[in-house]
Amino acid sequence: MNIIEAKKVLFEYIRRDEEGNVEGITTAVDNVDLQIKQGDFVAILGHNGSGKSTLAKHFNAILYPGEGTVWVDGMDTQTEENILPIRKEAGMVFQNPDNQIIGQIVEEDVGFGPENLGVETAQIWERVEESLKAVGMYEFRKKSPNKLSGGQKQRVSIAGVLAMHPKCIVLDEPTAMLDPNGRKEVIRAVRALNDVEGITVILITHYMEEVIHADRVFVMDKGRIEIEGTPREVFSQVEKLKALRLSVPEVTLLAYELKKAGLQLPDGILSAQELVEELKKLR
Amino acid sequence: MTEIIKEDMLIVIDHLNCIYEAGTSMEVAALRDINLVIPKGQFVGLIGHTGSGKSSLVQHLNGLLKPTSGTIYFHGQDIFDKDYNLRELRGKVGLVFQYPEHQLFEADVFSDVCFGPKNLGLDQKEVQLRAYEALKQVGMDDDYFYQSPFDLSGGQKRRVAIAGVLAMKPEVLILDEPTAGLDPKGRDEILGLIKKLQTETGMTIVLVSHSMDDVANYVDRIIVMNKGQIMLDGVPKEVFSHVQELEAVGLAAPQVTYIMHQLSQNGFPVDTTATTIAEAKEAILKALHSI
Amino acid sequence: MIRDITIGQYYQTDSPLHKMDPRVKLVGTMLYIVSLFLFSKAAPYMLAVLFLAAVIKVSKVPFGFMVRGLKTIVYLLLITAGFNLFLTQGEVIVKFWIFTITKEGLKNAIFIAVRLVLLIIGSSLMTLTTTPNQLTDGMEKLLHPLQKLKVPVHEISMMMSIALRFIPILLEETDKIMKAQMARGADFESGNLFKKIKAMVPLLVPLFISAFRRANDLAMAMEARCYHGGEGRTKMKPLQYQKRDRIAYLVLVLYLIAIVALGKLLPF
Repeated sequence: MNIIEAKKVLFEYIRRDEEGNVEGITTAVDNVDLQIKQGDFVAILGHNGSGKSTLAKHFNAILYPGEGTVWVDGMDTQTEENILPIRKEAGMVFQNPDNQIIGQIVEEDVGFGPENLGVETAQIWERVEESLKAVGMYEFRKKSPNKLSGGQKQRVSIAGVLAMHPKCIVLDEPTAMLDPNGRKEVIRAVRALNDVEGITVILITHYMEEVIHADRVFVMDKGRIEIEGTPREVFSQVEKLKALRLSVPEVTLLAYELKKAGLQLPDGILSAQELVEELKKLR
Repeated sequence: MTEIIKEDMLIVIDHLNCIYEAGTSMEVAALRDINLVIPKGQFVGLIGHTGSGKSSLVQHLNGLLKPTSGTIYFHGQDIFDKDYNLRELRGKVGLVFQYPEHQLFEADVFSDVCFGPKNLGLDQKEVQLRAYEALKQVGMDDDYFYQSPFDLSGGQKRRVAIAGVLAMKPEVLILDEPTAGLDPKGRDEILGLIKKLQTETGMTIVLVSHSMDDVANYVDRIIVMNKGQIMLDGVPKEVFSHVQELEAVGLAAPQVTYIMHQLSQNGFPVDTTATTIAEAKEAILKALHSI
Repeated sequence: MIRDITIGQYYQTDSPLHKMDPRVKLVGTMLYIVSLFLFSKAAPYMLAVLFLAAVIKVSKVPFGFMVRGLKTIVYLLLITAGFNLFLTQGEVIVKFWIFTITKEGLKNAIFIAVRLVLLIIGSSLMTLTTTPNQLTDGMEKLLHPLQKLKVPVHEISMMMSIALRFIPILLEETDKIMKAQMARGADFESGNLFKKIKAMVPLLVPLFISAFRRANDLAMAMEARCYHGGEGRTKMKPLQYQKRDRIAYLVLVLYLIAIVALGKLLPF
């Protein structure tokens, strides 16, 4: 079953001058069709300004398509009554860790979503506990968010979404402002959500290393989906990715260079282990 | 210490300590006994993760932070001496902060770049000339000069921020995490620009980063910081050979280094000091032919 | 330098006063302040001092911590007391040069000083023992009846708690922007007032832009988490009066009765 389906979605930003006349139109999402299966780990790749974040905001009914339709769990995002149920089903984590934490204490922030949904007090406490444990932040529940590292703040934000019991979680460049340790922490937590809790994950990123575990990868450019497939299929198209202002993981690039130099290697090698195994065969 | 400072030792850091909240239970040592010499013209990569003290260290270099003890000599002069002109120093030791959003404020790009040289008290003609030169150096087209800096893309904002410091004609350019938040292409462009500046002008550059992959291909020397101390200091190949130690403090060597180490463990006679893809390719091909 | 401001500081410890419902503390502080203005006689003030001393003892907050709050108003205190001391008409006690001190003046000065000190310590005791979050919660609940008069009580308290969360973030950001501009030779310290104000522009523009961006991001994040105003919202930490709170109200009422009785019955 498809948790998210987009059909011919078009979204335009209209820039206006001081008198309100139209100065220019930027098409951020251009005629996009996509389906995301329940339980999948999906990555959407693209350089800054490729339209990936704009598309992601359609999955949570923060933005509505100018043309076309988006369905979340079968609900049309343009129908007014669907907005709250959609936002409950598809939680969203944003890029800047500071600008999405509302509570002054970790546990209060995680409780914010359930409070909005009108969940009973005793249940809120249960949900807060289980969500904080799922991202490994339970011991920090009494802390002020200002005292946490970037990676920890993002994990609190993920717990905040988790406490709403969503079917799907959309992460809009959750690691872009983090250091390598923070990035690892967050990706580990996200993968656990998918593996252990079975929640559909849609990860928007421009870091290639974060994508290799995904079930499906969509690569966007100029508001369109340019490449779609498994990570292996996508990363075998080195030249095309380069043309789209993206790079491939270093291992993949090295394998690609070696292949160009005449070695018999398969396309789309993703890990160092894989490359070593393949090279062993050549000995 | 002073008597042995030589002409080409641009910056000498001597037993620098910086302790926050000294004497209380909250005492935190941001920097502990730092000793460094940065010669003229060197391209230095300063690596460490968040909280390692790397940002504190560079903010001492232009006198924005004051040490608890120890000192820094610039051209042989103690910059924390009470008669030393710190504002003049900040023109010579240019520091570009991580987020360009923290410094861009003028209505257009050109005026914003003029801010630095204007603060140096130069006449208007010289200010504009320098701003123009700096914007050219970072590769900004004339079309952008009269646009609002807030309408630019992330990479362009960063160029303008760098130009804003370059316009003061510093002898040393320090960049704190200049690639944070940029996409891969944007990152390569900024790093390429910095390398170009260094080769063309011979400027001394300190590049602060938390990513080994960022600096591996560009710098002459890597200084690794951890918990306020210098952990490793040397040419990139030498520093990367300490894979385990780097791993232990949560810093990764470049991915290529890992691959070469794994190959070597699996009995490939490869040169494990390769750090770039091109070097790795040569080493692997050579190893395969030799078997 | 910005970090030295300590308004509304919270002192973390475990005391009955810390555990008390914030509504009791808000009401108590207000009534206490009112009680200070009821009489200008010695006996009621003695009682007010004793009462505050007892509450401080219960709060377990070191006395030195409270005195620190007084330092900032020491000049205000001296000026107010001075005005009363020298400018009140009445029975002259001392006269030198152009100054005359009257009996009434001396009395007024002492009362004003005591009143101000008690007022400051009394209200800082509330902020010292209550987290900002509890305070906004307490206010929301206390002012809830006003909601019927279309006063946006929930929105006001939400705004207050968000403001409290972002103050430290914006202070840190101000520090970073200042450093970034100082690295470009900006000078925030020297020059006359006009020059100093002009020097603030490179600081304020990035700060405002950042604050607006944060506000925008936060609004989006709140919407994404199903925030739709106070309607139908439940509370993770609902306020409920305990036995402790009822006792506190009782003590408060007894104090008020005692102070009125003292003021009415005793002549001094």
